[in-house]
Amino acid sequence: MKISSLVCVLIAGMLFGFGLSYASMISPEVVLSFLRFEDFGLLWVLGAASFVTFLTYQLVPRVMSKPLLESVFGVHPSEMSRDTLVGAALFGIGWGICGVCPGPAIAGLGAGNWPLAITLASVFAGAFVQGRVRDVSLAGED
Amino acid sequence: MPLIDVLFPLGIEHYLVGGIFIGLGVSFLFISTGLIGGMSSFFTTSLSFVSSWSYFNQADFISSRNWRLVYAAGLVIGAAFWCFFFGESFQTSVSWWQLSLGGFIAGFGARLSNGCTSGHGICGLASLQLPSLLAVIIFLSSAMVSAAIVKSLGGV
Repeated sequence: MKISSLVCVLIAGMLFGFGLSYASMISPEVVLSFLRFEDFGLLWVLGAASFVTFLTYQLVPRVMSKPLLESVFGVHPSEMSRDTLVGAALFGIGWGICGVCPGPAIAGLGAGNWPLAITLASVFAGAFVQGRVRDVSLAGED
Repeated sequence: MPLIDVLFPLGIEHYLVGGIFIGLGVSFLFISTGLIGGMSSFFTTSLSFVSSWSYFNQADFISSRNWRLVYAAGLVIGAAFWCFFFGESFQTSVSWWQLSLGGFIAGFGARLSNGCTSGHGICGLASLQLPSLLAVIIFLSSAMVSAAIVKSLGGV
């Protein structure tokens, strides 16, 4: 990928990380208070982020034939499958235990919330086990 | 007490402004490069740097691992920027067993599902994907149950 594209990726990530922090999503206590019906603010974060993104995803491809720096607009690859739904249920169970989702586990370090490094390492471990389980089951089908 | 203060005891402005910034980040990524900016794939694609297992070395993981790493670095820098100019550093009091057990299960589940709060939540909903809507409803529900159970067990 071109350097100019990577610079844009970095800026996009910075906006994302700034937003997560500004919205206090890097505080597990705030996320857990939402999941326990004590403060519904997380719905505004998810709603506002989704709405802005919705406008972009729906409108931009109608006025631009391709992105500024690359050749094609991507599409979110979600499929209706057992893995998608079972994985979502498991993801939620883990999220409800720690109050940290993958984005804040990364961004939290920038704000000096060091205990989130435990979650960051654990998410890596979970992703590693998932990949190895899938790897073995793929090998078994050959 | 007005209902809005009951539902949002800390106010709504910072939630709304933060959410708009997240949306602007994902939007800028799309407009400039056409990429879809969920976060959880970063964990699997980055494992291709250190693991030789074939699952982690699929072509689309190898081809996206560099920009996903840069995107994650941006997250850290953006949060540091916020911390420096607007907020202050703080450490969570959630206990280590919650952070580690929860992170492990969330990491496994998000990768099995191929999406998390940003992938299914923001990007999936914004592209009107039914599987993502179902995933969001399912993970919000299961998270509410596990958060309640953890609290009853004495967790933060």
